Amino acid sequence: MASGSVAEPRVRVAGRGCVLRGDDIDTDRIIPARFLRCVTFDGLGEHAFEDDRQQAKGDHPLDDERFDGARVLLVGRNFGCGSSREHAPQALWRRGFEAFVGESFAEIFFGNCVALGLPCVTLSRSVLEEAMDSVELEPGQELVVDLEARTLRYRGGTRPVEIPDGARRQLVEGSWNATAVLLEAGSAIDARARELPYVSGF
Amino acid sequence: MTGTMFEKAWAEHVVKPLGGGEDLVWIDRHFTHDLSGPFSLKSLQEHGLALRRPDLTIAVVDHGVSTETGRSEASTPASEKLMPLYRDLTSQYGVRLFSIDDERQGIVHVVGPELGLCQPGAFIVCGDSHTCTQGGVGAIAWGIGSTEVVQVLATQTLIVLRPKTMLVRIDGATSPGVGAKDLILALIAKYGADGGSGHAIEYAGTAVEALSIEGRMTLCNLTVEFGARIGFVAPDEKTFDYLMDRPWSPRGEAWTAASAHWRWLRSDPGATYDKWIELDAGAVAPQISWGTSPAHTVAIDGVAPDPAEAPDAATAEAWRAALEYMALRPGARLAGLRVQNVFIGSCTNSRFEDLERAAEVVRGRRVAEGVRAWVVPGSQSVKRQAEAAGLRDVFVQAGFRWREPGCSMCVSMNGEKVPPGERCVSTSNRNFVGRQGPGARTHLASPETAAASAIEGRIADARSYADGSRHA
Repeated sequence: MASGSVAEPRVRVAGRGCVLRGDDIDTDRIIPARFLRCVTFDGLGEHAFEDDRQQAKGDHPLDDERFDGARVLLVGRNFGCGSSREHAPQALWRRGFEAFVGESFAEIFFGNCVALGLPCVTLSRSVLEEAMDSVELEPGQELVVDLEARTLRYRGGTRPVEIPDGARRQLVEGSWNATAVLLEAGSAIDARARELPYVSGF
Repeated sequence: MTGTMFEKAWAEHVVKPLGGGEDLVWIDRHFTHDLSGPFSLKSLQEHGLALRRPDLTIAVVDHGVSTETGRSEASTPASEKLMPLYRDLTSQYGVRLFSIDDERQGIVHVVGPELGLCQPGAFIVCGDSHTCTQGGVGAIAWGIGSTEVVQVLATQTLIVLRPKTMLVRIDGATSPGVGAKDLILALIAKYGADGGSGHAIEYAGTAVEALSIEGRMTLCNLTVEFGARIGFVAPDEKTFDYLMDRPWSPRGEAWTAASAHWRWLRSDPGATYDKWIELDAGAVAPQISWGTSPAHTVAIDGVAPDPAEAPDAATAEAWRAALEYMALRPGARLAGLRVQNVFIGSCTNSRFEDLERAAEVVRGRRVAEGVRAWVVPGSQSVKRQAEAAGLRDVFVQAGFRWREPGCSMCVSMNGEKVPPGERCVSTSNRNFVGRQGPGARTHLASPETAAASAIEGRIADARSYADGSRHA
């Protein structure tokens, strides 16, 4: 729906990986609040993790040239917690990331990603750490997030990943751009609204 | 059939099941604020879509506006850019806008309940993660992103993965000086920042029943910091008393019908939840955060942890980074740390009772030298009520700044921030890196703890100020 979303199926994402370790990474870190004053998402990519990167003085995974051109971001647990700002996945997408692999994702971040056609898949801590180690060791390798097969393929093997059925269906079928789908539900929506006690008097 | 309140409310809002655990659900109310609103209305317009229910869409201003006395609508860089667009678009689409010249202006999650717009079982969304606050009156309310905001504007529905149900039981009597903020921080500290993930949380138990509606809003406010989008307290007589005669509450026969419906919504005895956890309210002391996640919280007489004692390597690394950012050594005592800022406000703790509790600590005392102490009431209504009750005078005479309603230093979108390297005891909900400004060091706490810390110029235990007559 937002500018940039493409209504096409997302069956798999293939490309190099970038390893961003740490749990509970919040959306204020992904995109600091001062960048929310914009009325468009254009240009947000360059500000992804801006304060963290400044703090790290070049020693941040997003500034690590070994990960240049990465399309798959590997993250820890509860990634994207905090503020609901869609600017967070928008900034990461505009920086080139098209899929996220982690131990777990915060719900609003996950929902925002689905709405943008960006898969977030999860796997166990131990498998995740193996994959992270592998990518750090051989950053040039290709990772494949395959939603049809529900797998992550990397140098170390093919591992099963999890993604909720509904989100997977939306991505694989290309129906994640939901507004068009929703607009078709017209009469059923009105019928439901009339049965509820909350909309009288408006 | 027995069911939980969440299951009953969900069932009556499903427009169409979509398979895979997802449903298309009806949305009863949609709040927009001055950040998400202009952006999303503009996007709606660019896509050539109509706004389906302007009557169920309510626009407020809180994030970007100044809270300075004598402010104008566009007196910050954020609002200068966004407000003209917001005014124009809300007017074009016929949406009510409560701007700074409106007596109903305030923080969205404060204003919604006080106007009676938030009701038990109602499905309410807003492009703001703390929408869960409204669960304090029993609303099923959650935060969404910009793309979903446009979907709601266009259709008044959303596709949602139905969350599992969780019961959080908080039983026992709280000690004097312990309130809702301490309960929820203690819960997050115990179960982690993702302890509620994947679930809609119903808070229950004797300690929850004992809370006022405002306290329940504080409790529900930090639900998202617990990893869940939705948290609520089932409606009871206190809820009905709170909602009665509010501007948008049903009246007369409509009230009778609505309140009967709200009673029916309550979870049936014997209803089962997917998950069930507990907290002993009697064991909770006033809480203070030491790190950069709300889960980094200890009792006020506690110490910062030692990464060497962390349960695993990832936690050790997180603690090490948090200690470094907060300029704390492992084992450092929190109480007694010098603070330069105190912020009493935000959708967590800016309601009348919050200010009243802080004022009890402040009354007749002075803010310590070198401390910048602010009170930012949550709404114009709270501000008027507090001024009428003499609270403004208590704060101002003590050396606090008494400001206009808005989000202010909770999210620092409007330029009001904590300077780099300075500490702030804040009644808000997030102590993330840079949240209150780049390099700002936030310690989350209750209004009483914030007030006592302003008086002492150090993180302080407000219990030494308590006279035993504190509110629940």
